[in-house]
Amino acid sequence: MSIDTVVAPAKVNILQAINAALADAMEADDNVIALGEDLADPEEGGVCGVTRGLSTRFGNARVRSTPISEQAIIGAAIGASLVGFRPVAEIMLMNFTTVAMDMIVNHAAKLRFMSGGQTHVPIVIRTMTGTGFSSGGQHCDYLEAWFAHTAGIKVVAPSSPADAYGLMRSAIEDPDPVLFIENLPTYWMPDLAPKKDHRVPIGKANTLARGSDVTIIAYARMVQEALPAVAALAEQGISAELIDLRTIAPWDRETVVESVGRTGRAVIVHEAVTPFGVGAEISAVLNERLFGRLKAPVRRLGGAFCPVPFSKPLETAFAPRTDDIVAAAKALAA
Amino acid sequence: MTSNRALPSAEVQLDIYRRMALIKANDERSRKVIMSGRLVMPYYSPRGQEVIPSAMSVNLTDEDYICTIYRGTHDMLAKGFPLKDMWAEVAGRVDGTCKGKGGPMHLTYPEKGVMITTGIVGSSMPIANGIAWGSLLRGNGRVTVAYFGDGAANIGAFHESLNLAAVWKLPVIFVCQNNEWGEHTAFDKTSNVPVADRAAAYGMPGERVDGNDPFAMYAAAHEAVQRARAGEGPTLIEAMTYRFYGHVFGDQDGYMDKARKKAAMANDPVPRFRAQLIATGVATEEALAAMEAEIEAQIDEAVEYALASPFPGIDELKRDVFAEELA
Repeated sequence: MSIDTVVAPAKVNILQAINAALADAMEADDNVIALGEDLADPEEGGVCGVTRGLSTRFGNARVRSTPISEQAIIGAAIGASLVGFRPVAEIMLMNFTTVAMDMIVNHAAKLRFMSGGQTHVPIVIRTMTGTGFSSGGQHCDYLEAWFAHTAGIKVVAPSSPADAYGLMRSAIEDPDPVLFIENLPTYWMPDLAPKKDHRVPIGKANTLARGSDVTIIAYARMVQEALPAVAALAEQGISAELIDLRTIAPWDRETVVESVGRTGRAVIVHEAVTPFGVGAEISAVLNERLFGRLKAPVRRLGGAFCPVPFSKPLETAFAPRTDDIVAAAKALAA
Repeated sequence: MTSNRALPSAEVQLDIYRRMALIKANDERSRKVIMSGRLVMPYYSPRGQEVIPSAMSVNLTDEDYICTIYRGTHDMLAKGFPLKDMWAEVAGRVDGTCKGKGGPMHLTYPEKGVMITTGIVGSSMPIANGIAWGSLLRGNGRVTVAYFGDGAANIGAFHESLNLAAVWKLPVIFVCQNNEWGEHTAFDKTSNVPVADRAAAYGMPGERVDGNDPFAMYAAAHEAVQRARAGEGPTLIEAMTYRFYGHVFGDQDGYMDKARKKAAMANDPVPRFRAQLIATGVATEEALAAMEAEIEAQIDEAVEYALASPFPGIDELKRDVFAEELA
């Protein structure tokens, strides 16, 4: 994050930052409402407590726990948005979006276009995911590529408390649907606190480290794996640039193409499986824009092409790690 | 059945008939224009189902909302969707209500409360709930009607939506137009119980009514709207009707029983109600003929307007995907 976005030395974690963003948005605009399973305080503000305190502060009419009914949750968010509200709907885990795909893909994403701009769907869909908590095959997939492949929906995935706050505020104010992906295992990771009313624009990447030999492009928890990789590479005489994409759709082509244009080498890292993933799209664009200027083939690092396994050694081996990023960058720079 | 229930005044009866006549005439013209080759579109004829939205809509205002489905032009016209905007839209022209980008399965007209038309079976209901939640939050007394077919009663969204609406006491009315057919499959092969009976499972009132009887439909609609406006929550109405022209216009409906279809068409609700209005002195033959002639003239005008309208520019591919235009 850039320095002007924070007030040192206070620290908060990502969960607290999202909670603060929701509270500040609800305070600023009566049209901001929230719904989802276990969301209100009698249900403890969600299974991880992200929305804790909101229903007590803003009332049970605006912050509602729902039945376990993902289609009904997204449908209600869409309907309320059509009549002027700014609903933030929680789909507890990203795998559960599969139950609501019709509402998200056929309706939220398409109503502006199909109505010729007469209606629009300014909703935020919050969802958490990520490997590392031994949840097995149906509770921690990264499915962002499906949504990024759908015209009409934006996808963001913050990696720090300040970005989580700033992106949530921007997502709520955005006139179109935004899927907001929260990494569950790093919810409690403390970092510099955002200023109140801080905004991170949707569609803008953040260059976390400057370098000249190779560009590492990552988002969500993979940023935490890439940061030590940059340090390890520096020790080995390789100067790596690190870009935190922050927004997956629409991704910041300008920043990424400019960087890889300079370094001539790119490693794209995501937790989602590699085939047909976000890395494939970025790689394709880099080849279209920089063919002839690349010093090495663009490299993708992603999850193994299998369901997320339960057994700890297998789960650990599933997603890219710091060592994988270092090895990939070294191989390209060699 | 209707004796102790709300009865439509003579004026309202005439209003119901005017909407029915408009739907019937518009459907006949739609099929004619498609057959003539002047217009290519997927068309799901609502012919035979005219009474349901007509008797519903006289209980609603422009400020109330509807969410409807691909077989929905009757629901829209009954709610006041303007003919010119509709025809230009189904013709894919720039003067259509959605600039030609939605088409016959995605007509939208918020000015008259037509908030969404979905091409996905069952998907009108979850969204209707959200609109109704908005009315509840604003306390504005507006009612939302979700129209759907008997086929949609077997999709998960039906269950999720009715349950949430009941738990949240939403001002929403679920109107199942049971036309005996879910695409090519008969209702009795897909459900063991009337759709209305399922309301009990969610703790809301449910009623099966003769959806081709304007008085019965009016009474059911009237009570459901009153209940919703009074904050007493949702209602499920299963309106029994019959679909005259197959699933999608052009299908040979070989799967439908010929004798049943013939009987249903012989008992066409539109001329039946017309004759009733004359027999009971609500209207004269001359007055109704004049009304129908006026409707035909409006449709003539709408069709010519639509077919003379230009197609949208190719740049429209970049617009309305998001608020900001795509690069």
